[in-house]
Amino acid sequence: MADFAQTLMTALAIGSLYALIALGYTMVYGILKFINFAHSDIVVLGAWVSYTLANKILPMLGLNPHNPETPPPLWVGALILLSAMVACGLLGFVIERLAYKPLRRAPRLNVLITAIGVSLLLQNVGQLNYVFGASPQKMPALLPNIDLLRISLPSGDGYRDVVIGLVDVMIFATSAVLMLVLEYLVFRTKLGTAMRAVSFSTDNASLMGIPVDRVVSFTFVLGSSLAAAAGFLYVMKYPGLNQPAHSIWVLLGLKAFVAAVIGGIGNVRGAVLGGFVIAFVEQFGAFYISSNYRDVYVFALLIIILLVRPTGLLGSPVREKV
Amino acid sequence: MTVPDTAPKITSPQSAQPSDSAGKRTSVWSGLWPLAVGIALAAVMHFALPKLIGQYYSRIVMDIGIAMIMAVSLNIVNGMTGQFSIGHAGFMTLGGYTAAMLTYYGSLSIWGTSLKHGGFLGVGEWMFAASCLVGGLVAAGAGYVVGLPSLRLRGDYLAIVTLGFGEILRVVLQQTGKVIDDAEALRAATWSQFFPPPVGGAVGFDGVPKYTDLFWVYTFVTITVVVAYRLKHSSLGRAMISIREDEIASQAMGVNIARNKVLAFVLAAFFAGTAGGLFAHEAGVIVSPKDAGFQRSFDYVIMTVLGGRGSITGVMLAATILTALPEALRDFEQYRLIMYALLLIIMMLVRPQGLFGIHEIWQLWPGRGTRTDQKKA
Repeated sequence: MADFAQTLMTALAIGSLYALIALGYTMVYGILKFINFAHSDIVVLGAWVSYTLANKILPMLGLNPHNPETPPPLWVGALILLSAMVACGLLGFVIERLAYKPLRRAPRLNVLITAIGVSLLLQNVGQLNYVFGASPQKMPALLPNIDLLRISLPSGDGYRDVVIGLVDVMIFATSAVLMLVLEYLVFRTKLGTAMRAVSFSTDNASLMGIPVDRVVSFTFVLGSSLAAAAGFLYVMKYPGLNQPAHSIWVLLGLKAFVAAVIGGIGNVRGAVLGGFVIAFVEQFGAFYISSNYRDVYVFALLIIILLVRPTGLLGSPVREKV
Repeated sequence: MTVPDTAPKITSPQSAQPSDSAGKRTSVWSGLWPLAVGIALAAVMHFALPKLIGQYYSRIVMDIGIAMIMAVSLNIVNGMTGQFSIGHAGFMTLGGYTAAMLTYYGSLSIWGTSLKHGGFLGVGEWMFAASCLVGGLVAAGAGYVVGLPSLRLRGDYLAIVTLGFGEILRVVLQQTGKVIDDAEALRAATWSQFFPPPVGGAVGFDGVPKYTDLFWVYTFVTITVVVAYRLKHSSLGRAMISIREDEIASQAMGVNIARNKVLAFVLAAFFAGTAGGLFAHEAGVIVSPKDAGFQRSFDYVIMTVLGGRGSITGVMLAATILTALPEALRDFEQYRLIMYALLLIIMMLVRPQGLFGIHEIWQLWPGRGTRTDQKKA
């Protein structure tokens, strides 16, 4: 019981991170129909930008960034989160304009290769000594280490404490707010309608007077800032910050991508659902079966779902016409 | 698109003209001589190159050969059939582990030591070559299994399944047991010690005899290239190319799409498996689970794209450049991968059809082949 509750909490927090990242994948795929392999690197940049900002801002307030006992006031965290989102949003805009826009009419495979190139570029520029460096760092604590709730639940033959930390709740809450904002943007505003129109058919949308290029740019900005938020939240939960080219980041991005596919790629609500499904399978599989194979569960689930329902859980089947 | 209308024959362009006599073309020798020449060339390289350019550069030439096998075989799936596999390194690693297990535990139980046995073309080398082929067969079996979803899935979804295969293989290999490192222990080993196979887990399979040399690498390169070339110009290859161009149209023309797609996967996986065998036995290499990961697969995908989809010589050139370039830039370690990435992006922006498009190297000069289909590539 206690183990179950604890795993559930972790799965919810991780799931919301996967969902945030998956949203970026799914939006870009929905509009441009290619897998943006560089998306996971935006997450990394978001994390590293947050780290750099925290190390600059905290001393300014007279706080020691390496002392977890003195967390800054809450607005500092919010400021860092917003700055990281803006910075990565800008970067997403620049990347789309320079690397992807000239390839709008090229075969999809070429765009995919370019995305891999951009991904390699971001990773390795990030590793340069005068950018972020190639050694792991420790993220300063921005939130007080408080347990919001501590309850004793039966576990095996005794009782165990189940802890709901502030960090987990903040991750969940921040993601939920961002996802609601996105839901509003996509389904309730004019811009969102334009996005859905472009996703439905780029040519028809441009015939209807929709500025396709601007909509695509906006999608990238949106996806990249969500990725930055995910990066920020990720280092809040796991303060050990790996160097930009570490494979753990790529795996994080891959799982988020799997989440987007499982939910039905191109479908915004599907990405959120997929994120939580993946996190649940991974966390419960890791706890109840074996933690060594946690990546296997995710990819096995992916293959099963693709074979049974090739368009994902919420995706609509595409009929092919000659 | 127009398929170059040269006959299924590897000769110089002049003799490949339609005016060539049909009787001469069908003789067995006309099909086999490239194989003989290639293997002879491999033998010459084996004896001459290390003396001419030294061990370090010979090793790079060896790496280039392995990359060529990988890129040319991946080109059968990605370039010719138009599917998108990004798990090719998975097949390679599976074949590599299989071959390495065979030679390592084979040597250990026959000669009591895992070191190299016999000289050039000696018993040990033949065992190694056979192991590479078995590795290829095992990989081909996996290719069959991975190819099956390609009947239901298309494009990006298939890419993700192949990626998932590589990742699953990586994780599974990490959970394998410790290598049994002497003959006594091997004799005393029970069957249960072979489940999961004792291939070193996350640190990799150390102690594999170092059989790989220029001769064997380029012999396998020759076989791969000849098979790929003959395939490209056979009715089977044409069928594969038609699937790439338009699946529905080719189905309407009576092409068995399912069979061809799976066949492409099986063939490509076979050669990747042999390349894995060569890789695992290379001096200075410890084959490890991370080799199955997607990063290595990306390298080969990039080679096929840079070379041109379906162009065998183009892909070989790309394999050469992309293997040699990182070595040449080794002094600028920090900037090496940045340049590599920039090259990739710029290449896609200025020449998206790859170096040669769908052509072979001798078709690039006017008058020698058809260039009319350039914009389609």
